[in-house]
Amino acid sequence: MIAMPLPDKVTLARRREIAEALRQFVPGEGVIETPVEMRAYETDALTAYRQMPLVVVLPETTAQVSAVLKYCHAHGVKVVPRGAGTSLSGGALPLADGVLLGLGKFNRILDIDYANRCVVTQPGVTNLAITQAVEHKGFYYAPDPSSQIARTIGGNVAENSGGVHCLKYGLTANNVLGIEMVLVTGEVIRLGGKHLDSEAYDLLGVMTGSEGLLGVVTEATVRILQKPETARAVLVGFPSNEDAGRCVADIISAGIIPGGMEMMDRPAIHAAEEFVHAGYPLEAEALLIIELDGCPAEIDHLIERVVAIANRNRANSCRVSESEEERLVFWAGRKAAFPAVGRISPDYICMDGTIPRRRLPEVLNGMAELSRHYGLRVANVFHAGDGNLHPLILFDANDPDELTRAEKFGADILRLCVKVGGVLTGEHGVGIEKRDLMPEMFSEADLNQQQRLKCAFDDKGLLNPGKVFPVLHRCAELGRMVVRGGKLPHADLPRF
Amino acid sequence: MASFKPETEASLVDVVQAALADRTPLELIGNGTKAALGRPMQTAATLDLSNFSAVSLYEPEELVITAGAGTRLDEVRKLLDDKGQEFAFEPPDLSGLLGSAHAGTLGGMLACNLSGPRRLKAGAARDHILGVAGVSGRGEAFKAGGRVVKNVTGYDLAKLMAGSFGTLAALTMVTFKTLPRAEGEETLVIEGLSDEEAIAAMSLAMQSPCEVSAAAHLPQAVAKGVAMTLLRLEGVPPSIAYRRDKLIKMLAPSAPLHQLKAEDSRAQWISVRDVHPFAGPSDRYVWRLSVPPAEGARVAASLARQLDMRWFYDWTGGLIWLEVPPTADAAASLIRAAIPQGHATLMRADEATRNSVPIFQPQPAALSALARRVKIAFDPLGIFNPGRMQEGY
Ligand SMILES: Cc1cc2nc3c(=O)[nH]c(=O)nc-3n(C[C@H](O)[C@H](O)[C@H](O)COP(=O)(O)OP(=O)(O)OC[C@H]3O[C@@H](n4cnc5c(N)ncnc54)[C@H](O)[C@@H]3O)c2cc1C
Repeated sequence: MIAMPLPDKVTLARRREIAEALRQFVPGEGVIETPVEMRAYETDALTAYRQMPLVVVLPETTAQVSAVLKYCHAHGVKVVPRGAGTSLSGGALPLADGVLLGLGKFNRILDIDYANRCVVTQPGVTNLAITQAVEHKGFYYAPDPSSQIARTIGGNVAENSGGVHCLKYGLTANNVLGIEMVLVTGEVIRLGGKHLDSEAYDLLGVMTGSEGLLGVVTEATVRILQKPETARAVLVGFPSNEDAGRCVADIISAGIIPGGMEMMDRPAIHAAEEFVHAGYPLEAEALLIIELDGCPAEIDHLIERVVAIANRNRANSCRVSESEEERLVFWAGRKAAFPAVGRISPDYICMDGTIPRRRLPEVLNGMAELSRHYGLRVANVFHAGDGNLHPLILFDANDPDELTRAEKFGADILRLCVKVGGVLTGEHGVGIEKRDLMPEMFSEADLNQQQRLKCAFDDKGLLNPGKVFPVLHRCAELGRMVVRGGKLPHADLPRF
Repeated sequence: MASFKPETEASLVDVVQAALADRTPLELIGNGTKAALGRPMQTAATLDLSNFSAVSLYEPEELVITAGAGTRLDEVRKLLDDKGQEFAFEPPDLSGLLGSAHAGTLGGMLACNLSGPRRLKAGAARDHILGVAGVSGRGEAFKAGGRVVKNVTGYDLAKLMAGSFGTLAALTMVTFKTLPRAEGEETLVIEGLSDEEAIAAMSLAMQSPCEVSAAAHLPQAVAKGVAMTLLRLEGVPPSIAYRRDKLIKMLAPSAPLHQLKAEDSRAQWISVRDVHPFAGPSDRYVWRLSVPPAEGARVAASLARQLDMRWFYDWTGGLIWLEVPPTADAAASLIRAAIPQGHATLMRADEATRNSVPIFQPQPAALSALARRVKIAFDPLGIFNPGRMQEGY
């Protein structure tokens, strides 16, 4: 298990006083402090970790968020922001000595602006609700993670979430035009807006994916797109992962960027098929779902080429969806992959590394070896277009040894991803889950520079501490500079 | 003026360390093609990064390129073109506008967060940068991001470099996403629309599923003849034909229209992208305004009542290029007062004006203080491009 920083005894002792103070800013039921009511906030989707917060506060306005943060900053109280609590990496895990700041009441869409093709929304609105609000005009909000029914836009911004369509349509970062945010000091700032470029330092880019460590998002302006006229999917089975991997590379080399391109390995295919009966080819070692979207003329043209490429790569089955129902059936198995795996194992953890795509066979072989080593099963679903792997490690949490092995197995998979040139997390965030693996990817200098940026936003380290960074430094210590003596080395450097 | 041109990261660290010890401010340059952008600086030495100019990795099927930050953009463009790829954000070549020799380097492209007409669909340099390596103003080598297209590991310091104008770090290496070039393109030209009509038409086109990849409007004074509203379609030929017909039917303009095919279409968009209408030499000043697209015509109309100006729109009206007479304040306060939301950047003016007029949009106090703290996090003594963006950073 990953250790959290020890809670501060003084703060724990001041719990009542802090709760009372917060009531001045957020009246009535907006402050929760009984264990029964706080239970709902004790964990996020990384359920192996649980912690009761000090108090829960549920503000409704930016002014309230500002007052809460200003108070916490002045009194040195830690704060953990929370959207819907669907983070898979423990980003929203409470701290025993920290206020949990829930944004669930920020649940209104403020402005739908078709002329500027954007929606201004509060952060507690769910990802799916935005699409629902604009779909009667043919629009949608592109990032569509599997958890979109529940997860909030605030959480999406904080995690820079993706989805199956992000190869073509981008991640959250590419679809957010602006935000209003509150700094830990209580200052309210706006970054970007309805215009396309936010000028000067790209603080909007930095906020996206900052996992609640830099500020609290209280409003977001997101880009909406016109829905493609139609979409069709191709379901292809392959005798080996290598063949499927080559097929993906060949499609992209042919200049085709599908709307979605998902891969599943044998265990995932079987689990999904048993669950939803989508007609997946059970003899295949690897399955690709390739979706093409756009106008009918374009899709017909491209599907022919994709099918030819698949056949050249030894596809042993290939079906093209002939109706919208059929397309949805193709997807049903993939979309249900997590619960399907949940059926064949008491528990699972979902990993999230990204690799250069052509290293896929090597990484899958490595995983098979690790699976044998740890005596645990693994099933893989994979955003094939962008190299984002989601290995699902199956275990039984009632057996503490299995949990430990599963965590080690997961860590080894991520190390393998980094070793082949990839990264620890493609879309789920570092949180606490991958915190201690950060040195696998970054040197001490790299991590210190990231923490210096954190200091520019949060000088006392009060926002979501214990997440993302394995070692916490004081800002004063990080800011200190050691300047070597000496004159500019005029002599030994090439000049002109 | 002393100039340093290190060849390795280690020697770059030495230069920066020594500059820190001596408190010598450095002007960072790639090829110096954007030297005329931003506030003029007083630096004792230049730090030339053009030796970091090798392409170390280009894997078209992985959609990724890693190259030295000093690599020339025109060379990389050729390399990508040979494999049927491009930078989807269409980085412009502003040499005509700025009077420089060529389009500049990849590092400069990132530092200025460049983007072209496809901005409305594909984003800017900031949307395509995957990773960076460089040396901070603390004299420490660091890296951020990676080489894969999907990555949320740690803060996105690579994005932070976009639009930082060399005030945070001396970059040695950049990794960008590449994308396949469209097989074909065609541009629909509607003639003679007023600004308001043009913006309404472009907005309508963008609200259709026709996947317009660029939308610009050249008023009569710029189009030399009759005003032109340009809508670009890209993709495979059958798809272009289908969408063109659909678009014409939908817009049903009473105004005359014609089409620009492949080469003509390409040339037209290069002209918009590279701001050819305002290319120098000229003593008139040029502004770049970023506003909510639907506001474009209103902003321009209110300014046109008060200024002797020429202008044209890109990004469905969200980007306004504005050419004004060379007055002492370059009409800065007038222009900034006309913008409801967004910003105005002075892109071309003589040095005296650039010294006295805020080049970048002034920021509210809390934001400006935050930006200053970010600068200090990377460059506490202010030795990289001091004062290039705002007073103090
Ligand atoms: C079944 C399932 C499937 C999933 N599929 C995907 C997927 O396909 N793609 C994907 O990318 N992710 C996926 N996720 C992960 C998760 O849904 C996303 O990370 C999501 O963005 C989290 O949103 P949330 O509102 O639940 O945030 P929370 O879990 O509440 O918080 C996440 C982080 O954001 C911070 N935060 C939340 N709101 C704010 C705010 N307003 N201001 C500042 N910080 C804030 C928190 O402090 C925390 O660090 C999945 C999760 C589940 C359970």
